[in-house]
Amino acid sequence: MSTTEAPASTGTNGNGASGYRWVGTRPVRHDGLDKVAGKARYAADLNLPGMLYGHILRSPHPHARIVSIDTSAAEAMPGVKAVVTGADFPEAPPKGATRNLMCTVIARDTVLYSGHAVAAVAASTRREAKAAAEAIEVTYELLPHVLNIADAMADDAPVLHDNLFTRGVEPRPTEPSNIAARTVYERGDVEQGFAEADIVIEREFSTQAVHQGYIEPHACVVDCDQEGKAVIWASSQGHFMVRSSTATVLGWDTSRIKVIPAEIGGGFGGKTTIYIEPVAALLSTKAGRPVKIVMSREDVFRATGPAPGAIIKMKVGARNDGTITTAKAWLAYENGAFQGIAAMLGCMCVVSAYTLDHLYVEGFDVVLNRPVNVAYRAPSAPAAAFAMDSVVDEIAARVGMDPIDLRIHNCPSQGDPTPYGPKWPMIGLRECLEAIRDSDHYQSELPEGQGRGVASGFWFNIGEAPSATVNLNENGTATVITGSPDIGGSRASMALMAAEELGLDVHLIQPVVGDTEVVGFTDVTEGSRATFATGMAVVEACRDLKEQLRKRAAKTWDCDVEEVEWVDGSAVHGPGEQEPLTLAAITGNAKRTGGPLGATASLNARGAGPAFSVQVADVSVDQETGRVTVERYTTAQDAGTAIHPSYVEGQMQGGVVQGIGWALNEEYIYSDDGNLENPGFLDYRIPVASDLPMIETCIVEVPNPSHPYGVRGVGEVGIVPPLPVMANAVADATGVRISDLPLSPPRVLEALTAAES
Amino acid sequence: MSRTHVNCEVNGDAVDFLTEDGESLLNALRDELGLIGAKEGCGTGDCGACSIIMNGRLQCSCLIFAPEADGAAITTCEGLASADELHPLQQCFLEGAALQCGICTPGFLVAAKALLDENPDPTETEVRYALAGNLCRCTGYDKIVRSVLEAAVQIRTPA
Repeated sequence: MSTTEAPASTGTNGNGASGYRWVGTRPVRHDGLDKVAGKARYAADLNLPGMLYGHILRSPHPHARIVSIDTSAAEAMPGVKAVVTGADFPEAPPKGATRNLMCTVIARDTVLYSGHAVAAVAASTRREAKAAAEAIEVTYELLPHVLNIADAMADDAPVLHDNLFTRGVEPRPTEPSNIAARTVYERGDVEQGFAEADIVIEREFSTQAVHQGYIEPHACVVDCDQEGKAVIWASSQGHFMVRSSTATVLGWDTSRIKVIPAEIGGGFGGKTTIYIEPVAALLSTKAGRPVKIVMSREDVFRATGPAPGAIIKMKVGARNDGTITTAKAWLAYENGAFQGIAAMLGCMCVVSAYTLDHLYVEGFDVVLNRPVNVAYRAPSAPAAAFAMDSVVDEIAARVGMDPIDLRIHNCPSQGDPTPYGPKWPMIGLRECLEAIRDSDHYQSELPEGQGRGVASGFWFNIGEAPSATVNLNENGTATVITGSPDIGGSRASMALMAAEELGLDVHLIQPVVGDTEVVGFTDVTEGSRATFATGMAVVEACRDLKEQLRKRAAKTWDCDVEEVEWVDGSAVHGPGEQEPLTLAAITGNAKRTGGPLGATASLNARGAGPAFSVQVADVSVDQETGRVTVERYTTAQDAGTAIHPSYVEGQMQGGVVQGIGWALNEEYIYSDDGNLENPGFLDYRIPVASDLPMIETCIVEVPNPSHPYGVRGVGEVGIVPPLPVMANAVADATGVRISDLPLSPPRVLEALTAAES
Repeated sequence: MSRTHVNCEVNGDAVDFLTEDGESLLNALRDELGLIGAKEGCGTGDCGACSIIMNGRLQCSCLIFAPEADGAAITTCEGLASADELHPLQQCFLEGAALQCGICTPGFLVAAKALLDENPDPTETEVRYALAGNLCRCTGYDKIVRSVLEAAVQIRTPA
């Protein structure tokens, strides 16, 4: 464990005791120079000869039937080369995930949210494309809309999908509903748990929809040829996903599509799906020219992303010794226009940081006339933690226990059952709690007038399928090709793991993200999985290579391969009769010993390690304006093993600040007529540098036994605790507990005023 | 549509290009001059990804009409490094891991240069306020601020 307070460039190591030579060091990332020089190519940076610009027309209504679309005026406008509407796309199946994807990309008979794509134009210039798109005449028949959970769940609510029947309810409903699914997890007997409790706290919480807020709008360039093949340059979290999803929407065979991953300008889950690629592909096919589509920021807010708002009711019982005996939770999450699994995930997370003998958790996934939810960093967990950890904070105060000690007292360990079924593997929650308890921050005296809050957070992490190819070059360098788009420095981590395996200087390794035709299938960069899962494929390929290298040395030495060891990047003759052969010596001679050296690994990565984070903040609250200022912040997170500690810290800090934004300011604001009122960074205000202090980091390392270097994955869990941390700190500072986010100045001021009167 | 002929100096080079009157300087830099370092994150001057220094002032190039650049001296991210050496800000960003996805990085570098040109010894608070017009969603700003402070030290005390 290490605490980083000095500049990160001092080389403080996240993994001091590991004994690794490369893993745990902080080399300059391989793709860094292009990025500081302004040369890195993101999807919007590509221009092709003859390229057209696409523009998508979007619905101004939250819910309406499309009566007719007249494109004749648009088609006659200058520069226009192609126009498409929903009618140009294959028919969608009546229900299911495929329909949801197809109808999100472009509306068919019905628009389900303001911003829903309706038609598109390709023209010679941006302005011609925009003008022509606006000249498309769409006749709508307006339908009643619902914008919030309570309205959408009401018995008389306008129903979005007349073939959507609530799953998880017996007997199966006969009437369609906006409640897509009900999820229940239960154990023991909650009534017995409440009977055993000395105190019972019951509260209701709400959070608002927020956007991932990546700075790069969605962008792609698609070039379709006369043989029906398409090359797609796209900014995404998974180019194999772009290939398969585009093929699905267009009804094409995937072999017609090649996807080249551009650099990605942030995703945070929001680029795990597609919006524009099939539209550009169809426009390109019609026009016979490459087509570029770049979303405007307004369209990004109106038509992509949001993470759901939620309503959560908690009832928690505890004994006077701080033992939490039981929890009952009711969660409802927005899904957007099509059903998702937000509430199910919330149910799985809500009490996961606690050991409970009795629990009953019930969740509802609710569709409404808002854009379709997409993953956002530990999806659903932040709102769930906000509810549970706010209540836990009240319990600690009521029983007079330190809030960290109370969490340690109720902390699950390996072998305990998770709320959702399986037993916990090796986890590091206790270590994170102890790290915060022992931190300089938590041990420091709280400055006068400030409040301090703590909270913990959980996220699963996932494995899925990665592929990697490692080629050894004739000069003794290596190229590591993987299928994982690099969102936050994962290429450097791939190179570090390869360096450790091969015993090769990390600077002699070039990590590359390969397109869909040069590397094996790889799932989306999501679930904190790239360094964990794709790292496993890199390690497996490197271990294959080490076997090959030993065989080459044995051949060179005319000895048994068992006499050859691979030590620090060289083949060493066990009996000591030969001088060691370096990797470069073997690759330089490879043509004479059997040909070039390369290895590929594709696998299903099992055993992703659950992630926990514990955080503490000090805040001050302006009594006149209600503004909350974060004065000090420290986060501890179990990384398993930190492969590149600087980028582990970066993930931790970035997650924390997104969570602070969610807690303090960010929210989707809809007018009654169903339009988003703040679709821009001026009115949807994400945290800026002057809002924040340094984010102190404490990397906890409880290695994941399923990974060769102990990696857990660090991308997501950091966003979970800040919501309750902020609420708890504000409560400590003001004596007023606010259970509706965001804790924006008007809301805080209102709560302070109400408490006074 | 008629196009305007614009002459200006970009990163020390005399350049010229044709542009439509309503076009942004950002699009002209990217499409006419191939300088893709400046990015469009919002198009409304809220994110700073398109930051340039024009006639000594930090500007959002998405808010400037391209013809307004006639006669101007412009510095973009591409103009920070010399042929054989990165600008200290670039070097410190690399060593300090001050970038993750990198989309905001050119804008931050340009904004930080504009700050250090005016104030070679800023406090942490001054750095934070000077960079408050640049949005980064990946880093939480911690490593960016540290790297700018470190670069300021290096510029003040060359090796």
